[in-house]
Amino acid sequence: MSDLRPSLDTPDVAAAEVAVAVDAAGGGPRSGRRSPRAMAARRFRRNRVAVGGAIFLVLILVVAVFAPLIANHSPYAVDLGAIRQPPSGDHWLGTDASGRDVFARLVYAARVSLLVGVAAALLAVVVGTLVGAVAGLFGGWIDTLLMRTADMMLSFPNIVVVIVLAGLLGPSIPILVIAIAAAEWPTAARLVRGVTLAVREREYLHAARVAGASRGWLLRKHIVPAAMGQIVVVGTISVAGAILSEAVLSFLGLGVQPPQASWGNMLNDAQSLTVIQSMPWLWLPPGLAIAATVLSVNFVGDGLRDAVDPRQSGRS
Amino acid sequence: MTQSEPLLEVDDLAVEFRTDEGVVKAVDGASFTVDRGEIVGVVGESGSGKSVTAMSILGLVKSGRRAGGTIRFRGRDLGALPAKELRSIRGGEIAMIFQDPMTALNPVVTIGRQIVEALRLHDKKLAKGAARDRAIELLALVGMPDAAARFRQYPHEFSGGMRQRAMIAMAIANGPSLLIADEPTTALDVTIQAQVLDLLKVAQQETQAATLLITHDLGVVAELADRVVVMYAGRVVEQGDVITVFTEPRHPYTVGLLESLPRLDRDVDELHPIPGSPPSLLAPPPGCPFHPRCPLARDRCRTERPPLRAVGAAHHSACHFAEELAAVVPTEVTR
Repeated sequence: MSDLRPSLDTPDVAAAEVAVAVDAAGGGPRSGRRSPRAMAARRFRRNRVAVGGAIFLVLILVVAVFAPLIANHSPYAVDLGAIRQPPSGDHWLGTDASGRDVFARLVYAARVSLLVGVAAALLAVVVGTLVGAVAGLFGGWIDTLLMRTADMMLSFPNIVVVIVLAGLLGPSIPILVIAIAAAEWPTAARLVRGVTLAVREREYLHAARVAGASRGWLLRKHIVPAAMGQIVVVGTISVAGAILSEAVLSFLGLGVQPPQASWGNMLNDAQSLTVIQSMPWLWLPPGLAIAATVLSVNFVGDGLRDAVDPRQSGRS
Repeated sequence: MTQSEPLLEVDDLAVEFRTDEGVVKAVDGASFTVDRGEIVGVVGESGSGKSVTAMSILGLVKSGRRAGGTIRFRGRDLGALPAKELRSIRGGEIAMIFQDPMTALNPVVTIGRQIVEALRLHDKKLAKGAARDRAIELLALVGMPDAAARFRQYPHEFSGGMRQRAMIAMAIANGPSLLIADEPTTALDVTIQAQVLDLLKVAQQETQAATLLITHDLGVVAELADRVVVMYAGRVVEQGDVITVFTEPRHPYTVGLLESLPRLDRDVDELHPIPGSPPSLLAPPPGCPFHPRCPLARDRCRTERPPLRAVGAAHHSACHFAEELAAVVPTEVTR
């Protein structure tokens, strides 16, 4: 029997097979080491808008981190003798209603706004990923319970959820982060559940089960990695939403409390028509900071989405 | 453990699937054993219950229900084991080789990492470096040229045959005592099939693992197996030594299978397919499930279900008239 068949298990045949495989990979000897992540990074780098956004964000981050070195005044130093001063050589962006340096506050506010934005988005994505993956993998009543909860959260206007939570629990930065995350997690949960349902039926997941993998293992090693690209995208876009939510809540007085500065509560100082008409240095800088940051985050998010899944380009 | 105790003992296994049209009895009272170190071929048409039987051994029947019977592995009833112990047996003592190596590997994880994960899944204390070395060793063992470089590659960079090699490396990673190979060559080119069959032999010799070889290809069984179990409509209809079953089949279905086989070594004018088609498992025919297609069928076959009984030394058949086949079938059906 085995002598009826030509003995093909010889080294030269095997070597030929390697050669074919290398050719099929298309390219030089390094092509074999190109991981999906490396390919995504390359596509991202080709996207100029996204790279521009990323550079701007890095800049903002540097400003936030080195705020004490950049600001020439304390953001909390009240000078009642010099309130609502227009920009000058000393106060580059003027002073606010309490005579505090607007530039210093703007720079320090970057810390709070970025921190709240990133922390809330991170929390939302972690919770959403966990909920979505568990719902998708376990199915049945667990799925129903988790996803109906998510649907409920999604069917409230986000801002109302956050206002109610911030109102109930009292305004503070941790509460703000939790409140924003509570409004954002269902988006991530839905996405991850979708990916989980698709991956769950793949044969390699079945193979992993046959190899003795537990559900926790499947989640860690197969499902979350499979969804990771999209999780990063949703996470990034959530950062933009969270920064906006922070601004809105702080503007309404439910978020970051003065004297601590955030871009949102800086706008709060500029509610009257007089201020808007005649003192643009009070509201234009924080307004522009919010707009530019959110825009950059969205550019990066779009760039990441195109990089992670080239087939699905265009706006969300 | 005594020598005589079989490694795997499937006894009166029944598996059902609920569908909109009713309950499908995919496996209906299948019994067979696998001894340590032996290769047992399970053959049958699509839907005969071969794969469901295999998945039942691992306790992983999708959406199906064990309706009865026991599966003993080394004397332990697998159905009664807690989930955690069952998981440590899966991929540990019992490993599986899948039909389609294209889909059974995660496309975005390197081959090496997948083998490393398989190792670390069963030995949590295994250091990364040691697991890596062992994985490369395994790849080399299954005839992967330049194993260290292959370790870092993704499944799409492998040919079908190479992927199946990687699957086999992964299956034998934890030194199983039972390998289940579900149609291991079906998805491969004919030339690669021969290589993979040779490799299965190597893997079997290397690990001394018993192998349950599930296939519809009688040639593969003839090539590799020591014993053969023929399944039809969820039941075992004949089992015995490969040479005995192929030269002196004692069930009309086995005879039909052998006669429908194209042969290269003899001039055959036409193939003789088995008339009819396999019965619907929603409503299997009463009596012997093969009677509507059987040339020997009589009244008794329509009412009385034939039990699997000894018809020779270590040769069993589930046919009321097995002995008549001795006269009917010329022993020309040789390999």
